[in-house]
Amino acid sequence: MADATSVQQRDPATASVPNPAVELSGLWREFGERAVLRDVTVEVPSESTLSVIGPNGAGKTTLLRILATLLRPTAGEVSVLGAELPRNAWLARGRIGYLAHEPLLYRDLTGAENLRFQARLHGLPGDGAERIGLLLDAVRMSRRAGEQVRNLSAGMVQRLAVCRAVLHEPELLLLDEPTSHLDPEAAGIVEPLLGPEPGRARVIVSHDVDAALADADLVLALKAGGTVAYAGPTSGLSAGDARAIYRGAP
Amino acid sequence: MKVPSLRDNAIAAALVLCAGFALVFFYAPLDADQGFIQKIFYLHVPLAICSLAGFVIGGIFAIAHLRTDKAIYDVRSYVAIHLSVIFGVGVLITGSIWAHASWGKWWVWDEPTLVSFLIVFLLYATYYPLRYAIEDRDRQARYASVFAITAGAFVPLNFVAVRMAQSLVHPRVFATANGGLPGSMMLTFLVCLAGMALLWIALVRFELAAKAASASLSRLRRALEGEEYAPQSGSRIAPRVPSSATSPS
Amino acid sequence: MTPESPQSRRPSSLGALRAILAKDLRVELRTLQSVPAMALFAVTTFVLFRYGLDRESLSGGLAAGVLLATVLFAAILAVNRLFVAERDEGGFDAIRLAPVDGTALLGAKAAALVIYLLLLEAIAVPAFGLFFLDTWSGIPPLLGVLLLTDLGLAATGVLISSIAANSRARDLLVPLVLLPLLVPVMIAAAGASQELLAAGGPSYDGVAKWLAVLTFYDLTFAAVGFAVYDYLLED
Repeated sequence: MADATSVQQRDPATASVPNPAVELSGLWREFGERAVLRDVTVEVPSESTLSVIGPNGAGKTTLLRILATLLRPTAGEVSVLGAELPRNAWLARGRIGYLAHEPLLYRDLTGAENLRFQARLHGLPGDGAERIGLLLDAVRMSRRAGEQVRNLSAGMVQRLAVCRAVLHEPELLLLDEPTSHLDPEAAGIVEPLLGPEPGRARVIVSHDVDAALADADLVLALKAGGTVAYAGPTSGLSAGDARAIYRGAP
Repeated sequence: MKVPSLRDNAIAAALVLCAGFALVFFYAPLDADQGFIQKIFYLHVPLAICSLAGFVIGGIFAIAHLRTDKAIYDVRSYVAIHLSVIFGVGVLITGSIWAHASWGKWWVWDEPTLVSFLIVFLLYATYYPLRYAIEDRDRQARYASVFAITAGAFVPLNFVAVRMAQSLVHPRVFATANGGLPGSMMLTFLVCLAGMALLWIALVRFELAAKAASASLSRLRRALEGEEYAPQSGSRIAPRVPSSATSPS
Repeated sequence: MTPESPQSRRPSSLGALRAILAKDLRVELRTLQSVPAMALFAVTTFVLFRYGLDRESLSGGLAAGVLLATVLFAAILAVNRLFVAERDEGGFDAIRLAPVDGTALLGAKAAALVIYLLLLEAIAVPAFGLFFLDTWSGIPPLLGVLLLTDLGLAATGVLISSIAANSRARDLLVPLVLLPLLVPVMIAAAGASQELLAAGGPSYDGVAKWLAVLTFYDLTFAAVGFAVYDYLLED
């Protein structure tokens, strides 16, 4: 079962996944007069995982939305999957999977209908019927897929949202608190779908510092839009150091 | 080509308008049908032409704003439309006075140009509540530009439609104006039109300069006060001149 | 690049449009939040006009005015609701994340609005005929006028609805901004309809020129919509 859901249809050796997956240089984002992200510089090689940690209001969700091409940077250079934003955002769309705070599902449609809609939007052959079936099985929602989303519990909705995010086999996965609303069992169910994979880079925002650090190749700690610590391949800090700095920061 | 300074612009506008009004009162002949009150035509029509041109100019700035994404164009678009709406109020009031003088009623549906203008005015008057209703400033500017372009496309269409709806029985009040204006009237009209256009341009530049000054002031205050800076509660809808803009217009 | 790689997998704009339209129609069928309200509104408004004008039979200009004003106001109800689901349920994000053109969304919503209006007219026009018309012979050509009117309503309605969707007081903003924009539609549609609904039976005097105006309006605002829509979807 793990094979069916985690198989990316590409052979990694011939995949044209650009290296690095994400490159930020001096990223600024302002809302009116308020700077929500200041001078963020990060590099995420392909097939690696960046964890973004920080208190509420640090700008983590804003960062993800910029990477998802949903928000434009106010200043700085942003490159996602080789595409420079915002000018070439269209090159990256369709190769990014975004799991947001909101499930991005229509409440009056059933789970299956929602996923089929997504498949059609992404141009999946055959409306993605086969892949949808596999994913629903993997998250154990096959039986409830015919019910309208408004009638499902938050945990079930989150599981459907996970399916939606990985449906089109994205090369970059952006996860905003992926295990919120999920009990440990459900979290375990979705883990293989969201886990590290060949040909896929991930950026994960999480409040759970320990879990985030355990999972990560790189860590970015944000506070009030600014970088408090960055344990990346160039900065020489270990993840443990980053955690200590973050916890000690005022 | 050197752009004249704002002061020169304002002086020119004042001079030309004075000349125009002098011509109106001392040179232009009295209209045979309507008598003295017909002279309001020299105020009403230039106001209308400048106002409509201003709406179209606002639309052009809006196109520039969307294409270049530079906030200065949004400021110019806003000011152009803003002043044209004010001129528009003048158009409707003078039009009403003229209608009363000609027809005895304060409003007539028979004059297609005036009616079209009313509809255009009603549309552009919604520009303010539209801007006010959108809180995020970048989005507000973008949507306002979309509106300005849509409304700009609407203006000619509207005039054509209203003109077509006019019954051919009622004579067009402006028939004499468009067809056979005697030379002296035409000269007076053109001078007044030129004066009004200069006035419009001067007012736009003045407002842009005022906005630029206020923005510079805010920036200085923010630089000086740093942490304690509390932004002045300015208008929520008037766009702010960006820091990259040097002199307006 | 293997055949399955995402770069080679991009839905056509038409395919995306059909997907979004199908989704909207399915939601409407399930929630019934637009068409029944519009139909009920129209029939009730006819009753109001019957008493407001103190007339039991209408023809010519008066009939055209009552019918078109009612359709216009009913259209506002649908325009208000057009983007509600997208805004509330993150639909904008879901569509923007996909590799589709903004105009697919524009076209889908406009098509949905036209369909709702046609369904409305399927109920309202017979009701109108029943209440007020002495002869139904003008109705078939009238349907052609209504179709062109619906296209004009859709072109501007979707634009204004998109602008208003993300603002406060959106229910107020839509009628405020949309109604002046629809005046030429009213002028042209009424000009044509009053001939078709004339007391002695339809006359075709000058109808062609009004249809030309309507067509020109439809094309102009469809073009404006295409030109600006991507700017409306940015953030």
